[in-house]
Amino acid sequence: MSGILNSSIGRKFAMALSALFLMFFLLQHFAINILSVFSPDAFNEASHFMGTFWAVQFILQPILIIGIVFHFTMGIILELKNRRARQVKYAKNNGNANSTWMSRNMIWTGLLIEAFLIVHMSQLWWHEITVKYISPMKEDPTRYYHELVEHFESPVIVGIYIVAFVFLALHLLHGFNSAFQSIGANNKYTKALKGVSKVYSIGIPVGFIFIALYHHFAH
Amino acid sequence: MNLTLKIWRQKNANDKGKMVDYKISDVSPDMSFLEMLDVLNEQLINSGDEPVAFDHDCREGICGMCSLYINGEAHGPDRGVTTCQLHMRMFKDGDTIYIEPFRAKAFPVIKDLVVDRSAFDRIQHAGGFISVNTSGNTIDANAIPVNKQDADTAFEAATCIGCGACVASCKNSSAMLFVGAKVSQFALLPQGQVEATDRVMNMVKQMDEEGFGNCTNTGACEVECPKGISLENIARMNSEYLKASFKG
Ligand code: HEM
Ligand code: SF4
Ligand code: FES
Repeated sequence: MSGILNSSIGRKFAMALSALFLMFFLLQHFAINILSVFSPDAFNEASHFMGTFWAVQFILQPILIIGIVFHFTMGIILELKNRRARQVKYAKNNGNANSTWMSRNMIWTGLLIEAFLIVHMSQLWWHEITVKYISPMKEDPTRYYHELVEHFESPVIVGIYIVAFVFLALHLLHGFNSAFQSIGANNKYTKALKGVSKVYSIGIPVGFIFIALYHHFAH
Repeated sequence: MNLTLKIWRQKNANDKGKMVDYKISDVSPDMSFLEMLDVLNEQLINSGDEPVAFDHDCREGICGMCSLYINGEAHGPDRGVTTCQLHMRMFKDGDTIYIEPFRAKAFPVIKDLVVDRSAFDRIQHAGGFISVNTSGNTIDANAIPVNKQDADTAFEAATCIGCGACVASCKNSSAMLFVGAKVSQFALLPQGQVEATDRVMNMVKQMDEEGFGNCTNTGACEVECPKGISLENIARMNSEYLKASFKG
């Protein structure tokens, strides 16, 4: 087991685990956000729970942050290593003949998601940390819905949101199946998973975009 | 057919190298790509120029020696063939064809289109074999029953000819399709089990030391492989490797 991150396959495996974790997190995040469309109360309740339950705050949240930082740091390291593995470029290379645009541009779709995450965290997550830990306010369990609606009033924010989720969809259209291949699963079950992969990779980002547009236009 | 060829010329390993244009006429569509290069070389020799160096041996698609990156694809635009089996009928009169060596840090250019693929040999030496005592009382291979599915899958993996098209096509110059095939052909058979742990650990270690990149599952290798080696072999190598690492 020692030094697994020093081997090419070990790094792939770690990359895939962090990615699977992020995809699980994204699903959970979506499940809560979509509540806001159907019932402000249910959304407030779920957000209040996530925002105050100790296991979420002090165990899951740090794991998530480590997961994101690990994923993009490792993504950048792998990309740099891979570039060094071919020092003279081809004068003519026909990548479209054998692979998808998504698979060849994971670093760019990833970096764009990263840029969005920085904006997103500084706006919403930092606000959460401030009101909870830095200058604590009395917790109002109904504040979440209003904050969400307010957030999506700005057309600029909604615009950034849409662009980011389109890139996330592109990232996942390759990434979802890739993660299973990386952990060594390529069999009849993972072939069946290809359908699920499309539903997830397009459905989740489209769902997030829908939520943003809904709140932008509904109030 | 009349063609314009843009060919990588490089005197030796230390030369910088550059693309050079050549015109060639009266190419028959029935020629193989290598025959077309033979004709070009005859022209070059007759006019006192240095012929283009390129690799080849069997010229029937089984040795894996011919290489070439043709119009942006390993072994050119056709599927399931090596360059010696690529025919000029895949091109049109008046075409411009780019001809470059397989490029990877681990496959240094020796001269023109010839690259050194001995990195593959060293990976094989690290574990691509089984140790069998052949001193007189060899056991018949058929004495150990193997189920048909495993035998077929192992055989498919074993058809890899070590050409390196997978590395050349991969945006990361990863050798994982080749190594995956070489690991799989034994991993699926009882004869391969004795050395299974060491094999995958040592072959992957050697692969990394040679300077090949990391697979990101683009699948370019599988499409360009003349033998249709499947990505499943990489997944199998990954799981063999993980199993072996946890064993210690
Ligand atoms: C919520 C955010 C994200 C999710 C759900 C996600 C998901 C994924 C998935 C599923 C993979 C495939 C893993 C594999 O092939 O084993 C992947 C790969 C990759 N990700 Fe992300 N990702 C996210 C954010 C990012 C960010 C911020 C970057 C920033 C650089 C990034 C860069 C990469 C790169 C370069 C790869 C390719 C590496 C490889 O396949 O070996 N990702 N991602
Ligand atoms: S896996 Fe295919 S492309 Fe790679 S070396 Fe073997 S035969 Fe050639
Ligand atoms: S020369 Fe042997 S495969 Fe092409």
